[in-house]
Amino acid sequence: MRRVRAFFGGIHPSENKQSTSSTPIQSLPAPATLVVPLLQHVGREAKPLVAKGDEVLKGQLLAEADGKISAPVHSPVSGKVTAIEPRTSASGRSVTSIVIENDGQDNWVEREAHPDPVQLDAKTIVERIQAAGIVGMGGAGFPTAVKLTPPQGVSIDYLIINGCECEPYLTADHRLMVEYAEEIVLGAKLLAKACGARKIIIGVEDNKPDAIASLKEQAGAVDVVALPTRYPQGGEKQLIQALTGREVPSKGLPFQAGCVVQNVGTAYAVTKALRDGEPLISRVVTVTGSVIAEPQNFFVPIGTPFQDLIEAAGGFSQTPGKVVAGGPMMGGAQFDLEAPVTKVTSGVLAFGVDESKTPNPMPCIKCARCVDVCPANLMPLKLEAYGMNEQWDNAEEYGALDCIECGCCTYICPSKRPLLHYIRFAKAEIIESQRRSS
Amino acid sequence: MDDLRLLVSPSPHIRDTDTTEKIMFAVLLALLPVVAASIYFFRWDAVRVVLLASGSAVATEAIFQRLRKRPVTVADGSALITGVLLGLSVPPTLPSWMVILGSAFAIAIGKQVFGGLGHNPFNPALVGRAFLTASFAKAMTAWTAPIDAVSAATPLAMGPAVSRIPDLFFGSVAGSLGETSALAILLGGIYLFYRGVIDYRIPVGILGSVTVFALLAGQDPVFHLLSGSLLFGAVYMATDMVTSPVTKAGRWIFGIGIGVIIMVIRVWGGFPEGVTYAILFMNAVTPLLNRWTRPRIYGQGVKVSE
Repeated sequence: MRRVRAFFGGIHPSENKQSTSSTPIQSLPAPATLVVPLLQHVGREAKPLVAKGDEVLKGQLLAEADGKISAPVHSPVSGKVTAIEPRTSASGRSVTSIVIENDGQDNWVEREAHPDPVQLDAKTIVERIQAAGIVGMGGAGFPTAVKLTPPQGVSIDYLIINGCECEPYLTADHRLMVEYAEEIVLGAKLLAKACGARKIIIGVEDNKPDAIASLKEQAGAVDVVALPTRYPQGGEKQLIQALTGREVPSKGLPFQAGCVVQNVGTAYAVTKALRDGEPLISRVVTVTGSVIAEPQNFFVPIGTPFQDLIEAAGGFSQTPGKVVAGGPMMGGAQFDLEAPVTKVTSGVLAFGVDESKTPNPMPCIKCARCVDVCPANLMPLKLEAYGMNEQWDNAEEYGALDCIECGCCTYICPSKRPLLHYIRFAKAEIIESQRRSS
Repeated sequence: MDDLRLLVSPSPHIRDTDTTEKIMFAVLLALLPVVAASIYFFRWDAVRVVLLASGSAVATEAIFQRLRKRPVTVADGSALITGVLLGLSVPPTLPSWMVILGSAFAIAIGKQVFGGLGHNPFNPALVGRAFLTASFAKAMTAWTAPIDAVSAATPLAMGPAVSRIPDLFFGSVAGSLGETSALAILLGGIYLFYRGVIDYRIPVGILGSVTVFALLAGQDPVFHLLSGSLLFGAVYMATDMVTSPVTKAGRWIFGIGIGVIIMVIRVWGGFPEGVTYAILFMNAVTPLLNRWTRPRIYGQGVKVSE
């Protein structure tokens, strides 16, 4: 049994996962119109290869990667390109998107399947992962192929598969682990081979015993480790700390601690790409929250507008006050329901009007709960004050750039202060001034 | 869906249920056993002093905020806590006008001039107590025996030889209203600890360092722990969130520092008691302690593997 260590800080919010954690994932039929953004993560927009009016097949390459930190985009359905224009994405930004009218035929491009993809060499695996448009599906969406190719001479000790799903409400990864353990374990082996990792660890929070059991049945030499249920156990840096005792250096990357971390959804997508020849054109999305009539997990074609997703889940049972893309701790609030599901949309949550209200902040009473819960070991109350007073040098000295934006400080604050908001403000200002001076 | 009105706000979108008002309420609840003990031992004087001190504190806060044209925030309970704490830390016979003045001073000079809740460097109740001690030394040391209310000396003034430990524990001794019953203070303290309002490091640091100091000085540590306002100060005054350090290491240093200063004053100083000044001194050092005991940030000072 692997020794599990504690990461710094952390919180125990109400999980609210029970309404979707035991119902199987349903496949959502593609809607009539899909909107596929050319940028669904960090990095640069992909370059479109199709034009308005073109007929496209399901799985066809729509746009190719532009540079290293970029990922290709494929068509989720067969149909016709009706527009290539800026559309608002779930992040709130305007992103060039390809609008496709679904012909309902579901005609696939030719797929290159492989009965035993583990036989492929590392280079081929990385190339196919890149070509399939796979990005980290846990939230940040960093192109997976880039993570798998650390600089020359760096050796990777651990491939860590992140099955924590520590965000409340979300059960997409949970259901994937219960129902598709075989694909996840195979994906983990492919990812390990691709980056040359010597050991594979799958970390799962212990509130998902059925997922742990299902993975262990398939695991073989893969180490499946139960971790204490504590947010943000699934933070990349926190997971590395809990499983290996190592820390990622400040402003560094996981490979500097000899680790590569990938989400279970990513491992599943890798198997689909290499074994079945299917690029990343759908993902599991949890649709839940107190005002969703029939909370569910769906396999959703990428590009499906939130509106269609919410209707598939029975619509709103009461007037919604807030709709969030992702988890309640780190997800982004939406101003309408037009944004489409992307490769990183783990959930769509809807809350009632009353629970959506932002509480009025009171003065900080220095209770230090934010200090106690910060997984980066920062002093959020200091950073908030520096951010508010625009003291960027002090904010930097107190480690603003080491903040992982998990939101524990704002969550725990009894005075309901928007600590993370001001820390983000400080981070952006520090990064901007560094960019200017370099 | 045309009438959809969605709130857009930064993450996180969920909040813990605990609030600053609930924390203040918990402190007031934790003071109940102490108030009850003071009424049991000192009867109507206790009722008079605690009510006047509380009323004066709340009224001063409201008047001050009204004058500064700021929202009146007495409903948060913090001024009430200062009033009750001040009332419990003065002798039962203190004249009413002094109680009112002391409590008003605590809020006005101890808290509001710095900007109100969360901004005061010193514990306001202790500021009020220090003001009363400096201004009315005689009235502030006019002790009476519990229940029969004849004048009496405090155990600290008399020394350990004539004080019975059970009396000190239950509170049947002369002293300030809230200080005499160790039992009532411990009850409140245990509640605050389990409620997550106070950090054990501060009271344990104080009590531990007083014990060690007393043993080294060849004195009875149990007598020192149970007499004077030590326990009351360690549980209710030193643990004030606003005026104590925010780091764990800082809280240890803070607690130990208070214990050492108390014993220096008790063993070598001119006053029989030093809790007020010890805590006020360490309040002043708190910003420095926060700076000196910053936790090591995740990933800083970690060697990069090549």
